[in-house]
Amino acid sequence: MDMPLPDQAILSSRDAVLRRLRAVLPADAVISDAAETRAYECDALTAYRCAPLAVVLPRSTAEVSAVLKVCSALGVKVVPRGSGTSLAGGAFPTADCVVLGVARMNAVIETDYENRFIRVQTGRTNLAVTGAVEADGWFYAPDPSSQLACAIAGNIAMNSGGAHCLKYGVTTNNLLGVTLVLMSGEVVEIGGAYSDASGLDLLGVICGSEGQLGVVTEATLRILPKPEGARPVLMGFASNEVAGECVADIIRAGLLPVAIEFMDRPCIRACEDFAHAGYPDCEALLIVEVEGSAAEIDAQLALIKAIALRHDPVAYRESGSAEESAKIWLGRKSAFGAMGQIADYMCLDGTIPVSELPFVLRRIGEMTAAAGLRVGNVFHAGDGNMHPLILYNANKPGDLEICEALGADILKLCVEVGGCLTGEHGVGVEKRDLMTVQFSGDDLEAQLRVKDVFDPKWLLNPAKVFPLEITASRRAG
Amino acid sequence: MKDAMKPESEAELSEMVRASAGPLCLRGGGTRGVAFGAGEVLETSALAGIRLYEPGALTLVAGAGTSVAEVEAVLAGERQRLAFEVPDMRSALGRAGVSTLGGVAAVNACGPRRVQAGSARDHMLGVRFVDGTGTVVKSGGRVMKNVTGLDLVKLLAGSHGTLGVISEVAFKVQAVPEAEVSLCAQVGVTAGLGLLRKALGSPFEVSGAAYGSFGAVLRVEGMAASVRYRVAALKALLGGDWVEIDGRGLWQNVRDGGGLGAGALWRVSVKPTEAARVVASLAEVEHEATFDWGGGLIWIAVRGLADGGAGLIRAAVSGVGHATLVRGPEGVPVFQPEAAGVAALSRALRAKFDPREILNRGILNAGILDRGVGG
Repeated sequence: MDMPLPDQAILSSRDAVLRRLRAVLPADAVISDAAETRAYECDALTAYRCAPLAVVLPRSTAEVSAVLKVCSALGVKVVPRGSGTSLAGGAFPTADCVVLGVARMNAVIETDYENRFIRVQTGRTNLAVTGAVEADGWFYAPDPSSQLACAIAGNIAMNSGGAHCLKYGVTTNNLLGVTLVLMSGEVVEIGGAYSDASGLDLLGVICGSEGQLGVVTEATLRILPKPEGARPVLMGFASNEVAGECVADIIRAGLLPVAIEFMDRPCIRACEDFAHAGYPDCEALLIVEVEGSAAEIDAQLALIKAIALRHDPVAYRESGSAEESAKIWLGRKSAFGAMGQIADYMCLDGTIPVSELPFVLRRIGEMTAAAGLRVGNVFHAGDGNMHPLILYNANKPGDLEICEALGADILKLCVEVGGCLTGEHGVGVEKRDLMTVQFSGDDLEAQLRVKDVFDPKWLLNPAKVFPLEITASRRAG
Repeated sequence: MKDAMKPESEAELSEMVRASAGPLCLRGGGTRGVAFGAGEVLETSALAGIRLYEPGALTLVAGAGTSVAEVEAVLAGERQRLAFEVPDMRSALGRAGVSTLGGVAAVNACGPRRVQAGSARDHMLGVRFVDGTGTVVKSGGRVMKNVTGLDLVKLLAGSHGTLGVISEVAFKVQAVPEAEVSLCAQVGVTAGLGLLRKALGSPFEVSGAAYGSFGAVLRVEGMAASVRYRVAALKALLGGDWVEIDGRGLWQNVRDGGGLGAGALWRVSVKPTEAARVVASLAEVEHEATFDWGGGLIWIAVRGLADGGAGLIRAAVSGVGHATLVRGPEGVPVFQPEAAGVAALSRALRAKFDPREILNRGILNAGILDRGVGG
């Protein structure tokens, strides 16, 4: 992965940049000490590291605006950062950039149950949004695996999903309004506590824009009344193909589970060893969760069971208690950690049409074996969002490169069968150079033009999302 | 009037736009547009046909000119539907013609189920379009989860033909539920809207919440046993006298413009608790209103005012929503004027996608409605 050479003029004027930032921010909001900026040299894509010029941690929209005005005037690049949990390098710094972290902006501004929204500062973590309304019987639906740590700012930047988005949609379907600070420092209010803002859907293009268009400091989010109950069922199958057919049948039957999660044998074993969730020893495992009253859950599970039995499951286990439910989810939720115990891994995120699941799983197995590596699959089967975890050894020279090349080939396969490079993690730096596999030059040019409008000097979150060669002239400013 | 241009392929559409000196007035079937630009009519009705339908993946891809009726019939054959409820605006707008999928996308259409399922944009997985320079662009795709690159799908949804001519749309579809029950209660407007909000704040998954001359009405859909349970639970939660009715005709009226009489017709999106106040601001004027989305959407017909009520309504919704004039006097801006920052961004986006400003010229942002062209 290449990054542009840092701007020497900016590097050499570091002291002046810091002075200007300190003039508009409280003393503790500017971090320049090398030992302290190290914490910001990468996000959850830890393979790439680079210490930034400085880190700023503003506490208000006004302070964010002041920072961006200074950086815009000096031509300094800015990398916005939520909690730094991006798996795609979305918050990966450059040596000549200022990292703008919103972590200190985590307040709840307004909670309104009658109008079903909450307004928060975007440094608030995903789980803390639900935490603010949970006692009153409400929740915020998007639930990325990192929800304990990840910030709403990052959720909006990446249009985050989660296990339960099969029913409730992803961030863009649950976002009503934002306060957006443009690179110029201008503050723009978009949308609000009502459905469908008028005019062009700017909210829709800001959500998922990976920090390319502006810094979102406040967000109005749709909250939902908590369902009366939820219950998962776990089923094991003799092959990936059969499990894939079962998923398609459940969806086709008109059932709408809140989640359908899939794990293959390597992941099942790793999770079992790691979390002791009591998973059956089989080739493929599905966790299907349904919601409602006890009677509604029973009725839905009866239908799901009838469908599952047609596919000769080797195991079928309905949760009978909150404890059993937690146990069923425990393995799935610790899947990434469990795989991390075995080896270093690279997590892919392509989406494919659900009908292509059996074929793509078989091909991934073949391609991984041919590359001499191992793979485990754990993913959101209901919507075709795959997460192959390719295992490699970071200490073995050349292994990372083989893994990256295999990852690229798998993502190309996803696009070939009608899918896309990334379903919920984002492009970041990781998949930047693969964008031409999915998009034509004209498709990408249309996206670059949107960026031109919001960030004409191309200073925000540099060298992400778009292949470097097509943005070179714009970045040169 | 000259015959409309009707490209039969995306390549031909691209060529027509590229070669045109403009301006071009875009339309699908001309059944739901609330504003039409001046100029030669370019109609997408010949870009028709379902290209892909996978019921097991809940996905449908079709040309922009495909009729909504055809799509709905094909989906019904598999007991599926478009979840966001496509309004039929022909009666309210006095139009004839065949509604197209591209038109649905271009205005981001939706009906009463908006409260549960979202609007067209929430179900659009991908678009192909031709921008104002004639360039073919695609965004999104046909899979449920896709964050690859900037989401131009959302940007095109509801852009009223001001950024490009949509040539193909991919939609997520939904299974038709086994059962549907509507509940009706005769209560005053303030109490009625309060009950609707209470129902929407319950875990009983209401898929419609309207108030009008018919009273307060709620809709519940799903598996038969589940619907029975939730109907009983809602009655217990809300108290009062709720009667089960066959609501199908009623929901269609609410969907298609509120079922109101003559006059200027407004579609007002507002913070639900502000709905009653917005309508009360018209106390001195002859008007009628139907509330949908628990008050989040108000259809208002205003009679006897030269501006159709624009002054009163737009002042009342300022800061808490926006009002669109879907039928009314010429010379009144169709869309709510935008704040300066948002308007500047929108103008700049249009200039990038349509630098010659030939597509539906002048209709967003203080656009003046020209009803003589598209009708």
